[in-house]
Amino acid sequence: MAPPAHWRRAKERYRLLGSKCENCGSIYFPPTKVCPKCRRKGKMVQTEFSGRGKVFSYTIIHAAPKTFEKYTPYILALVELEEGPKVLSQLVDCRPEEVKIGMEVEACFRKLFEQDDEGIISYGFKFRPIDDSWRNKQSQN
Amino acid sequence: MKVGIVGYGAYVPKYRISVEEIARVWGQDAGSIKSGLDVIEKSVPSLDEDTATLAVEAAKNAFKRAKNVRASDIGAVYVGSESHPYAVKPTAVTVAEALGITPHVTAADLEFACKAATAGIQACMGLVRAGYIRYGMSVGSDTAQSAPGDALEYTASAGAAAYIIGGENLVAEIEGTYSYTQDVPDFWRRECAPYPRHGGRFTGEPAYFEHVIKSSKGLMERLGTKPSDYKYVVFHMPNGKFPLRAAKVLGFTIEQVNPGLVVEKIGNTYSGSSLLGLAAILDIAKAGERILLTSYGSGAGSDSFSIIVTDLIEERRGLAPPVKYYVERKEYVDYAVYARNRCLYRG
Repeated sequence: MAPPAHWRRAKERYRLLGSKCENCGSIYFPPTKVCPKCRRKGKMVQTEFSGRGKVFSYTIIHAAPKTFEKYTPYILALVELEEGPKVLSQLVDCRPEEVKIGMEVEACFRKLFEQDDEGIISYGFKFRPIDDSWRNKQSQN
Repeated sequence: MKVGIVGYGAYVPKYRISVEEIARVWGQDAGSIKSGLDVIEKSVPSLDEDTATLAVEAAKNAFKRAKNVRASDIGAVYVGSESHPYAVKPTAVTVAEALGITPHVTAADLEFACKAATAGIQACMGLVRAGYIRYGMSVGSDTAQSAPGDALEYTASAGAAAYIIGGENLVAEIEGTYSYTQDVPDFWRRECAPYPRHGGRFTGEPAYFEHVIKSSKGLMERLGTKPSDYKYVVFHMPNGKFPLRAAKVLGFTIEQVNPGLVVEKIGNTYSGSSLLGLAAILDIAKAGERILLTSYGSGAGSDSFSIIVTDLIEERRGLAPPVKYYVERKEYVDYAVYARNRCLYRG
């Protein structure tokens, strides 16, 4: 990926940013400049997602594009965010046999891909299962 | 004006490799290594984790505990590490961008072996006190390198701790800091070299102990405090033995050291090490208790801090996962997976 292409998408990938139409309230990811519902009446603003969501569907990738070959087998999940939009992303810290539809997940920050040993490293969100077990343990103390 | 910790956060990758597994590969006696180092396993980053991703996770946790601090209130971001992903291109900008702190902020990467992030805390303290910034953030993060078969391989691990420093809404006040620094060739990595080298036993007396002990003493002399004034003490943890020996020389008890001794099950997280120990103590400390923190970075130097916990800690510490959660959350990998994750092969 050329530096400008990497740079243009860095913010939305780093912070899981989408767009919201202030006219009708619709939320989009990836962010759009025009609201498909309101057209010229729409007023788009940037919105940051909570990062929490559920696995809507998933697949296990065994034969990956060259950039992702080293991660195989990996989980590619369609995550439905709390705010509504669906996001396609890798699911990490989770074995392929552990993933389930409806599983609660949260965004985490990981390396997405590298050009090569000397190229740009692209970072961004992936998802991992939510583990709130520490909250219960803490309240017991 | 007071200055201190407004929020703190920890992160340790999920994967572990045991000393037994590493010893098996190299035909060494695991029992004697474990008892020699007081380390039984170490953390291993995933293939898609590096110093920047670890730093972002720890920084997110620090923000949760800093509660009302907005990203735009942060005026300085420093990331201390000896495993920055790029030789040229700062980790600190990636961290600042991922947290939404950019663009009205000063940022820089720091390198001083395992103590760069405590130097970052000192820089933030100065900027806050001088009134240049409202809050600053210093993150210690490493995916430490070790040559296959080297003694370091049993301990060199991955982890991060982030601290937001400010003058208001403190969970802990920093009442004083002191540093002790000299040119000592105990551990180094040359440009383009993949792994560090070290002076073996030379890393002990003239290096770790000389700096940790004199820096801690210097701080206590300056503040007029003594070991019994502190409820807890944290030293950099290259292994489980060194901090206990330093504590004994200085007159601290095992009980003062133990709560912050996180090295046994995660290894030496380098720039994250002493700061993860401090985070483990902040997870349990009560208001009014005093903590002595002394980092150590090869090369060599130590930064000491005298810290007093405030009432606010009770309300804030439950807002993010404690260090204990990250230490106990684990999945073991064998040496082959470890070698893949750490890219220990030439393809």
